[in-house]
Parts: sequence; structure tokens; C-alpha cells
Amino acid sequence: MDTEHRLSIAGMSCAGCVASVERALRTVDGVQSASVNFAEHTAQVRGEVAVRPLLEAVKAAGYEAAELRGQDDEAEKEAAEMEYFRALLRKAAIAALVGIPLFVGGMAGWLPDLLTAGGQAFWLLTGCATLAVLIYSGGHFFVGAWKAFRLHNANMDTLIALGTGTAWLYSMIVAGFPAVVPSLAQHAYFEAAAIIIALINFGSALEMRARGKTSEAIKRLIGLQPKTARVVRDGQEVDLPIDVIGLEETLRVRPGERIAVDGVLIDGHSTIDESMLTGEPVPVTKQAGDEVVAGTINLSGTFLYQSRRIGKDTVLAQIIDMVRQAQATKPAIGRLADKVAAVFVPTVLIIAVITFLAWFNLGAALGISYAIVATVTVLIIACPCALGLATPISIMVGVGRAAGSGILIRNGEALQQAGRLTTVVLDKTGTVTQGKPALTRLVSYANSTEEDVLQLAASLEAVSEHPLAQAVVEAAQAREITLSPVEKFHATAGEGVSGEALGHQVHVGNLRFMQANAVACEAAQSDAQSMADAAQTLIYVARSQQLIGILAVADPIKPDSTEAIQRLHAIGLKVVMLTGDNQRTADAVARQVGVDEVIAEVQPQDKGNQVAALQQQNQIVAMVGDGINDAPALAQADVGFAIGSGTDIAIESADITLMRGSLHGVADAIAISRATVRNIKQNLFGAFIYNSLGIPVAAGILYPLMGILLNPMIAGAAMALSSVTVVSNANRLRFVSLGSK
Amino acid sequence: MAPMIVNLTGIIVIGLIIYWFWLSTPRKTTASQAAPIEIRVKDGVYTPSHIEARKGETIRLRFVREDPSPCAEKVIFNTLNKSLELPLHGSAEIELHPQEVGEIDFTCEMQMYRGKLIIK
Repeated sequence: MDTEHRLSIAGMSCAGCVASVERALRTVDGVQSASVNFAEHTAQVRGEVAVRPLLEAVKAAGYEAAELRGQDDEAEKEAAEMEYFRALLRKAAIAALVGIPLFVGGMAGWLPDLLTAGGQAFWLLTGCATLAVLIYSGGHFFVGAWKAFRLHNANMDTLIALGTGTAWLYSMIVAGFPAVVPSLAQHAYFEAAAIIIALINFGSALEMRARGKTSEAIKRLIGLQPKTARVVRDGQEVDLPIDVIGLEETLRVRPGERIAVDGVLIDGHSTIDESMLTGEPVPVTKQAGDEVVAGTINLSGTFLYQSRRIGKDTVLAQIIDMVRQAQATKPAIGRLADKVAAVFVPTVLIIAVITFLAWFNLGAALGISYAIVATVTVLIIACPCALGLATPISIMVGVGRAAGSGILIRNGEALQQAGRLTTVVLDKTGTVTQGKPALTRLVSYANSTEEDVLQLAASLEAVSEHPLAQAVVEAAQAREITLSPVEKFHATAGEGVSGEALGHQVHVGNLRFMQANAVACEAAQSDAQSMADAAQTLIYVARSQQLIGILAVADPIKPDSTEAIQRLHAIGLKVVMLTGDNQRTADAVARQVGVDEVIAEVQPQDKGNQVAALQQQNQIVAMVGDGINDAPALAQADVGFAIGSGTDIAIESADITLMRGSLHGVADAIAISRATVRNIKQNLFGAFIYNSLGIPVAAGILYPLMGILLNPMIAGAAMALSSVTVVSNANRLRFVSLGSK
Repeated sequence: MAPMIVNLTGIIVIGLIIYWFWLSTPRKTTASQAAPIEIRVKDGVYTPSHIEARKGETIRLRFVREDPSPCAEKVIFNTLNKSLELPLHGSAEIELHPQEVGEIDFTCEMQMYRGKLIIK
């Protein structure tokens, strides 16, 4: 079957490029035709070929390519689902229309006796009406059962078709040839066949409704993607559908609009609400050169940006893809149910035959009639759906609930493992701390103001390239202090900088630099000591050889790290901090946030070994890091958490990705994991108990003791309700409360 | 006489159930690298349901969904941790590169729709 692919091609500058892209595409196996439109920077490819080899061929030829395609049409899907839902209800109603009067009439004794001449005709006509119901309302069960049978498979359809078919066939024999069955067994079960079909269709409709809610998380994510965007083409701004926007196009976003594709801001500035993807409630300021991602909302300014990732390459599309993939995976806990489900239906068929034979042989005069009732009831009450649904439906809701809080779980296994963790290892820089030096304290001396100190320090540091300099300059900018020009700038490596600013000779550097330049620093001794004890780096500032202030620069602890670590303790986890920093700095941070153990001065390549050492002590270990420097440790851990700040994270790098840069995400993920595993256990327990009690009762195990033989219609109702119950229980996971705001 | 016939029939039926569903397999379709195998999803089954392929080859499976039941919405390759969303009245394709001899099951979420990829 031929497929047509539309690609956006970037990097073409001339007609020669067109030829080489076309050539590259035509060399791919299966391609029948490929044509490139230079004006639109698109390619149209036809053939029996997947899109990936095409993208690889274009990239190998030196260009960038991405697939242009429409978004999943949720509206169309919902309309089709609604149509199916209505069809199920219609089928249930028609079956009930025949089944309920028969049931009520039978109970009230209004229906004619089978052995009268008119009575036999009535029952034969009823049989025909029931056959019509089986065909109209239950035809899909029979077709499904037959097709599965031909493929050596048996499924739920098999059980329903055999159950209702047996009830109908036996009833027709009774109605047509009453003499062939013993007089006590001359009872027709047409109402049972019709009502079972009604109940199962109705149950499927209810289940479908409940299942719709389980995929709300993915629908919400898909809903973030705008359908159109304002594109600048040939100097004109036009609104275009999202699936025709290519790479390197210029797009305009106005306040209140969602960003359509991933790109880089090229003109203007704004604040952007990324909470829908990251869970981070504070809007992010963006200016030229910053990345913007599809699905986030532009809050204030109007700006232009250039598209860099489109279609399924955007961060949003990757999140949707990852959540979908994760929702379809199963953890080990569900494997047993899978094994049982795989052999379930044939086993039930065998039990049904044994039930029939047992009643036939032991049931005396009533034997044949009871054998039929018990066999039909066994076939109908058995519910492979509840068993099969128990795990996947909870995973689907749990993974979706996590995604709604900016926690991306890679698969069901990671979800299950997260609930069993005993130790959490935190990388310090960028995980517990913000990962970026900032001015934490400023003290002024000699009648200077804090502004004077910061102005002079920042003016000189603005020229410097030292990593700590940036923190000082940013602090000055935050206080809106104007920097002054610097003359005769001189940097002394590892010590400090000097120069002339505002008519003074200024020195900015460490204590050794001050001593070398004959600046007396005794006035700052006690402040300096307390800052040094807190593992902060000190910067002295001198004006005309007189000390006017000291600045402390440190990597600040994230505001909610302490609280998040307390939550981890509260749920019984040991918290270890791992860092390449020196022991003193690590201890200072550890004291403030309250971790149980600190492992300092660890080389990046040894972090994995430290995690392995903890695992050897029978700990189930989570490693939380930035996903790039900590990759080996994340891979070694039982569950690797990559912690991001905003949308710039590589979301495929770990078992669990925390889009919001907060450690609360770890505690939240564990809470969701524990709730999901608990939910799966409830579902599995319910499904196993239901089947292992229901089937023997249906077979009539209680009859010799208590005289109870289950009515097949009750079995139908129980079966229809069992899968609805499993889905409804899983839906409760949508409301798991998390500790973080 | 009649009870014996009924009992004998019952035992034969049990034997047939065991043979048909567990001991025998349906006709297999052989996958080749050249073209994707088209699998119809209709009336609760995948057709073809048993596909043979060689290890190391790239196999493309194209699922064409005609079944409106929500159960048909996803195909799950559990051992590969992969899944495929199937649009109603549309198709979706998956590319696999099996490196080991063995069997890969593909099923719906509830394991009622079942198929098997046999890698030789």
C-alpha cells in the first residue's frame, strides 16, 4: 500500500540543493516518487516507505528534515466513540425490550404453558424474536467468536456467544420438541439469552464511558496544541494550519496565545506560562535567543520566533508520545494476570463442559435443565476483561495523573519500582541547589551603602570572565544599579580584578588579593568567618585601598528542597546527598536541608559506583540528577530521576523525568506510584476473587449445601459490572492528592 | 446408552478445546523486509494473527483498524515495551528489528485480541 509523506526541509539555499534532496530521497528503498518544492521548502514523497529512512536520507545529504502532518483529530475520534456508545445502548434497549416482558411475564405466570397447542406456537415465536435479538444486538459477539475460533483463539465474545447460543438452542429444542426432554426440565430460557445480551451491551457502554475518563490526561496534553498559528510569509502575516508550518519559519505570538511549534525567540520579549508542561507555576521570562515550546502560553508581550522543531519533534509531542507509550506498558505485578488471561477462556470452556457433565450425571430428573442453566451461567459469569483490564487501566490513569503534575514516567516498571524505594540519592548541584552561583549576602563598611559596593563590584566584574562574576552582575541588574565604565582594567588570575571606576581605584577579589594590594580587612573578620562557615565564596571590595564591603556568593539551595526532603523522610526514605564538591561545602548544604548522609568529593564517573554500593546494602535506590552529568548513576539506580528546570530537559534521559525543577516531584512520583500499585492490587484481587468465587458458584457448588443455583441473568449483570468496577476504581487515581502545591 | 454418548461427547469436546486452542496454531504469514504486512483489526481479531519473520530483518507491521470497539484502540508489544495507537478507519505502522529468535506477542490491552510474531 503506497503512502504519501510530506516533509519540511531546512537548509536549502539554491536549486542545486533541490536536486540533491530529491536524489537523496529517491535512493531510499520503496520510494516511487519524490519532489521538492523550493518555495515552500517542502518535499512530497510517495511509495511503500516509512518516514524515518526519509528523514535520515535528507539529514545524510546535509539538510534538516521533519515530517509535516496533521495532529490527531480528537473531535473525529470522539464522534466515532459517541456513535459506538449509542449503538451499544440501542442494542441493549432492543434486547431488553424482548427480554424484560418475557422475564416479568414468566415471574407473574402470565405466559402460556408450553404443552398447550397455542403455548407451543407462542414459545416458537418467542424463540424467533430472541433469535432476531441475538442477531441484531448480539451479532457482533457471534461474529467475533467465530473469527477468533478460526484463528485458534478464544475471547470474551466466545463466552457470550456460547452462553447465549446454548440457552437459545436448548430453549428452541424444548419449544419445538418438548417430548425429548424430561417433563421437569421443560423450561425455555429465551428471556435469559435476551437479558444477558442487553446487560453486556449496557455494561460495555458504561465501561466505555468510564474508560473515556482514564485518557483525560492525554486529551489535555493534545488540547494544548494550537490548531493554527500566525506565520510571516513574504512579509505578510497569515494564519495557517499547524500541519503546514515548516522548519525555520518566522511566527508571531500575541499576548494570551499559545505557542504553536518549538522555536527560538528572535524579536521581542515576554513572560511565558509553562505550567501546563512543567507543573511550575511561576511564569518564565523570555528574550531574544531563548527557546520557546509548543503548548505554553504567552502572557504579556508580542514577539517573533523561528520554528526549530515541528510535528512530532516538539517537546509537547514527545511528552504525549512518552505518556502514551508508558501508559501501554505493564509492570511485573501485572504479568501473572497476563498469563492467566492468556489461558482463561479455554479453561472456562473446559469448566463449562465439566459442569454440564456433572449436572447431567448427578442431577437426576432435573439434570438436563440444570446442566444447561449451570453451563450457561459459568460461561456468562467468567470475566476475562476485569482480569485483563486490572493492570493497564490503573497504569494509564496513574501515568496520566503524574504527567499532569509535570512528572513523566517512562514505563510501568519504573512506576512500580518507585513505590518500593528505600533510599534516595540526590546530586547536590542543580538538584538540591539551583546549580547557578548567586549573591547570597552583602555587607558594607566605611560609611558605604550596599548599592555603592555592588555598583563598583559589578562594574569591574562585568568586564571579567570569572564564573562568579556573573552572579555579582546579575545581582546589580536585579537592583537596577547602573554600571559605570572601567578604565585600566587588570585581572590577576585566581585572585581578583582591579581598575578605575567613578574616579577611584577599585580592587575586587579574594583576601590574598586584598593583602597583596595593602587593603586592611580586619573590619570584616567576623562577617567573613560566618560566611566562610556557611561554605560561601567571599569577594572583597576596596575603593581607594579602603575596604568598603564584602560579598558572599554561593549556589543557593532551592527554596523548597528542605521541605521536599522532609517529605521523603516522612514516607520512610533515607536521603543521601552525593557531590563532587569539597566536604566543607557539602556539609554546609547538608546541614541546611537535613539529609541523612553526605558523600562528598566524588568524581562524576564514580557516582554510579556509589549508587551500586548502596544497592549492595540491599537498598532500593533512586538517583536524582540533571540527566546529563549523572547519566551513569541514573542508569545504575533502580529508578533514575532526571530533574529539569523548565522545558529544556532531555525527557528521554531517565526512568522518571521531573519537568519542574523541584524535589517535591520525587515525593509526588513516589506517592503516585504507591497509589497506583495499591490500585492495581485492589483490581487484581477483585478480578481474581470475582472469577474464582463466581465460577464455582455458577457451576452450582452451593446447590448441594444450600440449594442455590445462580440465575444466568444475575451472572450477566455481575459480569457487566465487574469490568465497570475495575475501570471506576482506576479512575479514583485521578484524584490522588500530592503534598506539593 | 444415551448418558454414555453424552459423557463421551463431553470428553471429546474437552480434548478438542485443548487441541484447538493450546496445541495447534493457525496458518502463518511470512513477513519480508520488502513490504509491510497488513493486519486487519476487525470483529475482535487480528488477521493475520501469526506472522513469521527472520531475526535481524526489519519488519513493518501496518495495522488497519475497522473495529469501533475501544478495545481495538491499542496494540501492545508487551515484551518490547512498545505500543501503537490505532485510529478508527485508519492505519498505523510499527517497525521492528528483532535480534533474537523467539515469539513476540501483540495484544489489545485486555489480551483478548491476540497475535504472535514468530522470529526464526
